[in-house]
Amino acid sequence: MNYGIVSQEQLEQIEEILYQKLVKLGVDCAIIIDMAGNIITVKDNGKSKYDIYSFAALAAGNFATVDAMAKLVGETEFSLLFHKGQESNIHFSKIDDELLLISMFGRDISLGFLRLNVVEAIEQIQKVWARQD
Amino acid sequence: MSFINLKDKVVQVKIVYYGPGRCGKTTNLEYINRKFREQIQSEMVSLKTHGDRTLFFDFLPFHMGQIKGYDIKIQLYTVPGQVKYNATRKLVLKGVDGIVFVADAMEKQREKNIRSLNQLHENLLSYKESIFKIPLVMQYNKVDLKDHGIPVLPISVLQQDLNSRLQVPYFEASAITGYNVAATLKKIISSTVVSIQKKLL
Repeated sequence: MNYGIVSQEQLEQIEEILYQKLVKLGVDCAIIIDMAGNIITVKDNGKSKYDIYSFAALAAGNFATVDAMAKLVGETEFSLLFHKGQESNIHFSKIDDELLLISMFGRDISLGFLRLNVVEAIEQIQKVWARQD
Repeated sequence: MSFINLKDKVVQVKIVYYGPGRCGKTTNLEYINRKFREQIQSEMVSLKTHGDRTLFFDFLPFHMGQIKGYDIKIQLYTVPGQVKYNATRKLVLKGVDGIVFVADAMEKQREKNIRSLNQLHENLLSYKESIFKIPLVMQYNKVDLKDHGIPVLPISVLQQDLNSRLQVPYFEASAITGYNVAATLKKIISSTVVSIQKKLL
């Protein structure tokens, strides 16, 4: 799979999914990164001001670490991660072996509701992504 | 692997500084961070221990301007040099596009350089990459120490030890004073960008 290049059309479709499924719901910022720490695409509510490049590098490292820990305890993977803060929370979920969906959200969304939508978003993104040559 | 965004016309390139413990990988990035401040839009991220040793990696995003209308974003990483951290070193190498191997020119570090380079070779193999094919630049760091009476390996010995088979571009350097830090960076960026262009054509 040539995951290095994504067409403009695919990116627009993926951004639309992120908007409909996550940002509209109240997620501050939804980012898709690859496991090497590259940003594939970002959709936010226009208010968030994160340093997303550093964030992507750290998130990829974080996820890779947790993945290595999973193997140490005999799991094939921990496919999702959740960090809870006072004001903001971060949810990480694997899309496939190469991609990760990160959602940053505040106190107004419940984790359960977010997770439901993340699952739906991932299913849709996988379909768009699978259309690659 | 570099990521190319056709919609926003952005190319993200990952360059990793690799080498044995205390050879000056982080010092290279710190110098770049100071010297090229206007091309760097965010803060350098360093994950280190209390003893100031790199624990996971340092990260510095670097803007290089445009090539054929594409914005080139260079992501500089270092690996932790200490022997025990090979698992994390391997994680940082994932998706790497170009490597700077920083060797410590101090005489007593000779064996450590060779071991580290061998391990780089093995780590790349685990990602089905070859040290003979990936863009690579050698940097023989700490050459300034000979002025302070500390025994430093001659470049010919370092070349023989590390670069006799690879035959990649090399620089003697002093990361602490900045000598050849920019030259090394320039060389690895140009080799990497050329190699990405070739892959795309």
